[in-house]
Amino acid sequence: MKYTDKRAVDGLSFDLHAGQVTAFLGPNGAGKTTTIEVCEGLRKATSGTVRVFGVDPQRFTPSERARMGVMLQSGGIPTAARAVEFVSEIAALHRDPLNVNELCERLDLHRIGRTPYRRMSGGQKQTVALAAAVVGRPELLLLDEPTAGLDPVARVKTWELINELREAGVTICLSTHYMEEAQRVADTVIIADQGKIVTQGKVSDLLSSGSSQVVLTTSTPADLDSLKQALGPGVSVASRFDDLVISGPSADEISRALVRWSSSNDVVITSLRSGDRSLEDVFFELTGRDLQ
Amino acid sequence: MTMNLQPSGVPASAVKRISSHARYETILLLRNGEQALLTIIIPLFIVIALSKTTVLSLGNAAQGFARIQTVAPSVLALAILSSAFTAQAIAVGFDRRYGVLTHIGTTPLGRRGLVISKTLAVTFIAALQVLLISAVAALLGWKPQGSILLAVGLMVLGIAAFSGIALLMAGTLRAEATLAGANLLFLLLLLGGGTVISSEQWPRSLARTIEFLPTAALADGLRAILRDGSVPSLTQWLVLLVWAVIGIALASRFFKWD
Repeated sequence: MKYTDKRAVDGLSFDLHAGQVTAFLGPNGAGKTTTIEVCEGLRKATSGTVRVFGVDPQRFTPSERARMGVMLQSGGIPTAARAVEFVSEIAALHRDPLNVNELCERLDLHRIGRTPYRRMSGGQKQTVALAAAVVGRPELLLLDEPTAGLDPVARVKTWELINELREAGVTICLSTHYMEEAQRVADTVIIADQGKIVTQGKVSDLLSSGSSQVVLTTSTPADLDSLKQALGPGVSVASRFDDLVISGPSADEISRALVRWSSSNDVVITSLRSGDRSLEDVFFELTGRDLQ
Repeated sequence: MTMNLQPSGVPASAVKRISSHARYETILLLRNGEQALLTIIIPLFIVIALSKTTVLSLGNAAQGFARIQTVAPSVLALAILSSAFTAQAIAVGFDRRYGVLTHIGTTPLGRRGLVISKTLAVTFIAALQVLLISAVAALLGWKPQGSILLAVGLMVLGIAAFSGIALLMAGTLRAEATLAGANLLFLLLLLGGGTVISSEQWPRSLARTIEFLPTAALADGLRAILRDGSVPSLTQWLVLLVWAVIGIALASRFFKWD
């Protein structure tokens, strides 16, 4: 699937890999929803080309739409709809849907009973929408923030289902602003910010792209110039709220340099941790901003 | 618990998709209390009230007929207005606002399939209204005249005309504006649209305008068939046809899905 577009999303280009989970990670306004909606055929790209199943999504017929499962960021379900009944109705639009009872049992939808959609909790609404997206046995699943507003238990259930669908060979593209989610379920991550791709690649590659990280806090505001001088070339320093985030090739080297710097500049380091990078760190390094 | 999640995305047949979804839309419409009040309770109340009291004059043309002979076809026209126009506009308006049209556009049913399903659901509700109102009217002594087939044909044309206008409103206005507008127009057309107060009861200058409303064309036409045992005038057929064609054309041109 290729997608190139300008404006709300600008010059985005990516492929989804069959049978893999691709996470679209970025803060609000990154262009995640716009991009997904173009892939779903709901929005027309002003320029560039998009191909899903080899077809322009604007020209989708029922055959292509049957191969795709969609979960919108919110809504999409009639206000008077009941959970199981709505999932059954979407199932009836497909020739060989999942077993509705089994699916609803698994996602605890039976417990919602006759409550209409408008009176369901946010988490219940999300779960109904997820069930409706997967019930038609899609080859491609497009999920716009599938776990936003879910409690931790429901979130883990969703992740488990996504993993099982991936093992069954479903291609999944989901958007999220939870880096933990991307790290837990995705094979590939596309990190976007303000309509542009900041970086993309395998999660494992992004996390181990040769740098280590040390995060520290100091009792008094640190003099960044002297710190940078002490750390030497090839090491970056950035402040994030009260923390200083230092990235460089070797965590050991950074720690030693920090000890020397703190004693010669009379600065007390009140906390210090070094370790693996998270996707959040990757995002921060590339944009100078936090993800949330 | 493990499930077989193997992909197999094949759509059900078009007939199955549309019949299944039309059934579902009918259930949703019937479940809505306000809609049931509008489409069932109010018309039944008007049939009984107008035939059993003389608070409302039914006009010169009604002279010589039992009141129910005039009231029944008038209320049938009003009932079709309530389902095909008011209920339809409100349901589609809120579905549009809450992204239901957007989501269904990504399923094998598609947007056009949804509109067809909704129209079938409304037609089913209208049929239910006609049966119910006719049964109550029959209990009150109604003896319909003329060709039932002709009456059904005129009502189908009426449903097309009202649905077109409903979709035009729902697809272009905000949901709240559609809600208010559809209810207000229902009330205005109930009083001044030539339904229970026929166009000939208004001053001549106004009557000429009212005759070109779809409600007047439908109600006058139904009274011509079911009370007088004659046929609707060419004007009545044409008025409904033109409203249907223009309404549906404008709706398909200007409908915004989200």
